[in-house]
Amino acid sequence: MRFLLHTLTLVLLPAALSAQFLPPSSSIFERDGVVIPVYENFDALAPLFDQRSDTTVIINFWATWCAPCVEELPYFEELTRDHGTRKIRVILVSLDFRKQLTNRLLPFLQKRQMQSTVVVLVDPDANGWIDRVDSSWSGAIPATLIFNATRREFREQTFSREELQSLVNSFTGIQE
Amino acid sequence: MKSIFLTTLALLVFSSLSATAGGYSVGDKATDFRLMNVDGKMVSMADFPSASGFIVIFTCNHCPYSIAYEDRIIALDTKFKSRGYPVIAINPNDPDVQPEDSFDAMVERAQEKEFPFPYLLDEGQKIYPQYGATRTPHVFVLQKDGSDFRVRYIGAIDNNHEDADDADEHYVEAAVDALLTGAAPAVESTKAIGCSIKYKK
Repeated sequence: MRFLLHTLTLVLLPAALSAQFLPPSSSIFERDGVVIPVYENFDALAPLFDQRSDTTVIINFWATWCAPCVEELPYFEELTRDHGTRKIRVILVSLDFRKQLTNRLLPFLQKRQMQSTVVVLVDPDANGWIDRVDSSWSGAIPATLIFNATRREFREQTFSREELQSLVNSFTGIQE
Repeated sequence: MKSIFLTTLALLVFSSLSATAGGYSVGDKATDFRLMNVDGKMVSMADFPSASGFIVIFTCNHCPYSIAYEDRIIALDTKFKSRGYPVIAINPNDPDVQPEDSFDAMVERAQEKEFPFPYLLDEGQKIYPQYGATRTPHVFVLQKDGSDFRVRYIGAIDNNHEDADDADEHYVEAAVDALLTGAAPAVESTKAIGCSIKYKK
């Protein structure tokens, strides 16, 4: 029972924290203690991209089946785990197909015990929303948007640890 | 100090070039190619003298978006080959980086799915950068213009990768239908999510 409570806290805490940060989602995927907001329509997620504060927001578009995405995920997780006093929020926007949430995304997240906020975007009309993320984005993943109140950078690439750290440091300064 | 400046300048110039260079816009002349088909024969657009154009699709074996569109690509070829716009599929990925996209795997997949169109390997990856393909699947509809091939549409197949029945914009079909009536496609370019093209770093 104590173990269960502990697990629940671990799982629910990030979700509760993200609730104040993420716009309301169309639905929630909830299974085996994993809670993921699912956005059926980009419009619902769009307010996330309009936030301007002293927090550096790092939004990464990925999918479990995308090898170069999975390769760089640990570096995003490191930012979430080891950001110290820097104000950083990492949001991993999964583009996994709707029918793969249970059989692919769920086991993936459970196995890796991901700490970053994960949301799912299943809006199929990508031509309608890709340019709203960044007009230079061709649509290939992985893709990453980093912004704060004063600056905004978009990258259609796979990051090495050094590249990602250096770009994030240019927003936040180096963690002592 | 000077060398740092020059290096930086060179990097800036190079990065701005790579952002703009490479890749066709609608209206551009597209290059022909000569690539190995899954039947072991080399294929060029010049091998189809009676074609009015082509639906060139950069696609591959491993990418879930490509797999989701396989049946729709077959349907495009079935509908338009007899009307002068056959599909030519090209796998742009480096098989060393993505082993599921090796030539042998292509042959196997083409047999399983009974692809009615050529499925070519972009050996050496010389063709996809010229077209400016960045993901799979990525479509280029070409129209014959004398001995040239003009790009008339670039982008997605339709607006629902996950479910063909839920798509209500059939971009490629509409573009080719327009070309067949002598009109320009109403929608000339679209974007879609897809798998990045795999190359050696």
